[in-house]
Amino acid sequence: MAKTIIEKIWEQHIVYEEQGKPDLLYIDLHLLHEVTSPQAFEGLRLNGRKVRRPDLCFATMDHNVPTRNRDKITDPISRKQIKTLQENCEEFGVPLAGINHPDQGIVHVIGPELGLTQPGKTIVCGDSHTSTHGAFGALAFGIGTSEVEHVLSTQTLWQSKPKTMQIRIDGELGFGVAAKDVILAIIAKFGVDMGTGHIVEYTGDAIRSLSMEERMTICNMSIEAGARAGLISPDDTTIDYMRGRRYVPQGEAFEEAAAGWLALATDEGAAYDVTHTIHADEISPFVTWGTNPSMGSGIAEHVPFASDYEDPADREALKQALSYMQLEEGAPLSSIEIQHVFIGSCTNARIGDLRAASAIVEGKKVHPAVTAIVVPGSETVKRAAEAEGLDKIFLAAGFEWRETGCSMCLAMNEDSVPAGERCASTSNRNFEGRQGAGSMTHLVSPVMAAAAAIEGRLTDVRNYMKEPVPTV
Amino acid sequence: MKPINKINSVLTPLDRKNVDTDQIISKEFLKRIERTGFGQYLFYHWRFHPDGSPREDFVLNDPRYSGSEILVAQENFGCGSSREHAPWAIQDYGFNVVIAPSYADIFYNNCVKNGILPIRLTDSQVDELIQKGQKAPLGLEVNLEEQTVTAEDGSRYEFTIDPYWKEMLLKGWDEIALTFQYDDYITAYEQQQQQQQ
Repeated sequence: MAKTIIEKIWEQHIVYEEQGKPDLLYIDLHLLHEVTSPQAFEGLRLNGRKVRRPDLCFATMDHNVPTRNRDKITDPISRKQIKTLQENCEEFGVPLAGINHPDQGIVHVIGPELGLTQPGKTIVCGDSHTSTHGAFGALAFGIGTSEVEHVLSTQTLWQSKPKTMQIRIDGELGFGVAAKDVILAIIAKFGVDMGTGHIVEYTGDAIRSLSMEERMTICNMSIEAGARAGLISPDDTTIDYMRGRRYVPQGEAFEEAAAGWLALATDEGAAYDVTHTIHADEISPFVTWGTNPSMGSGIAEHVPFASDYEDPADREALKQALSYMQLEEGAPLSSIEIQHVFIGSCTNARIGDLRAASAIVEGKKVHPAVTAIVVPGSETVKRAAEAEGLDKIFLAAGFEWRETGCSMCLAMNEDSVPAGERCASTSNRNFEGRQGAGSMTHLVSPVMAAAAAIEGRLTDVRNYMKEPVPTV
Repeated sequence: MKPINKINSVLTPLDRKNVDTDQIISKEFLKRIERTGFGQYLFYHWRFHPDGSPREDFVLNDPRYSGSEILVAQENFGCGSSREHAPWAIQDYGFNVVIAPSYADIFYNNCVKNGILPIRLTDSQVDELIQKGQKAPLGLEVNLEEQTVTAEDGSRYEFTIDPYWKEMLLKGWDEIALTFQYDDYITAYEQQQQQQQ
């Protein structure tokens, strides 16, 4: 029978199944960071338990770490949390890329970079953006701290099999349209809870044409559509990315593994519980205007009117969002002035993102009213960018070039947006206070963020790009 | 984990949908390395002005609902970040039951692992409870064994819950200890994987 990749991976990982119970699933890779792990390790200690497979764990520090003056973490509670992870990893034998390690970075950037993330694996992390790793055809999902403790102790999780959902993006992405615009458009069209109880597979020509980094941006925000996980069937693009990475098999063993990975792809004619489609023509450079990721539109549009909605609850939600965002109904999106630009996060801080943004700002200047920072997704990304001279381009334009970490995406370190100020941000959440109490976030792609930095307001990046001449 | 079965309490009506875990517990309070002490920070920026004084118009500051153990909210409750600090804060504040039309998956799991009962009722049932609860404090009896919610005005609602989660909550099991009973299966799976490589 024809099967989806979701069913194939699920079935390969069942340790125990019984009618009326969730399945006991084996976990191949457990990623850890400093914020959601301390209570789990403490639970092990209190119960005299050990980590069953430290060799299948990998830890790093990303949420709390400063992006400048690395050696001095001024906040004592942050310092304690970082020190606690280090001690826990030592005590339980878990591999760690600590704060000064050359592999350190955002957990969802370094997993793929090192080749820890592989097609067909089950991957978990105490972090909702674990869905990122689905780009490789892995079944990857975020878990809470109790589940972190469960995986540390048993290398398994009890999981009820979610339903399957296909999101097919037909056609060819237009000029200036980034992967970020695709996922924001999907969430705007179908809603923040469309994926609840489902694992999503993204399919279609538009997905096949994307690089691995762009696919990661899309899978990363699956959780913003409520999905348990989001993934993409492996293809040659996947295999090319994997080849030569540190933790993948090498030589002949790689070719063998690659054949197995390609065989995971969804079979022709496999059925999904739900299918949604969107055409690439519907998608243009996007910005959010509200307080959840579904509240967004193409840059040429305006803030909606209450009268656009039939459901009184939606009108109320609009009212609350606009009150927080200090925006009026009907305001053109390109009229919104911003004071901050953040290029970073597990959504958009890979080398491709930085290349794209730097191409927009090269030879230009950041608007005098704007503070703009670039926070590379990992030490590896940072080194690669510096080797190409991207840091110089950003610095010359007036951006700050920082050390790696989650930074202003959630403002757990000192990088935050002050109350009453606005940020064009390449991150994933525009919730109230996400980037600092009282701050206002507009989610955009890296190139849209770059253009906003120059103009001091949200603007259509296509005006900064040369349309390629079609080849006949 | 503490077993849960019957809860008697007035409900607290939170008439908002898509309440995300960033609102439930803001990032500045995630740095503690303990599971306790988060209740004081629950819905912090909705409860307090920047100067620390309470926002009069927020439902948790309404004395009519003080001591409530049942939070009622609209759809997609607990969306966003996987932070388990959110259910820790809810429980530490005093809520043992949440009622909503739907929940984000990770948040739902995090609740049951901590002995919080997340109940799903229909949109119209939740609307009804919220409207009544806003008008005047409304006492509810939640009975997990029977899977019912009974209001003091006599209205009664039935809910469904996965039998596995129900048993976990009723018995207050330590899930890890339970899984250790399947150790032979886990070891067999690992050996089989090793042979395939």
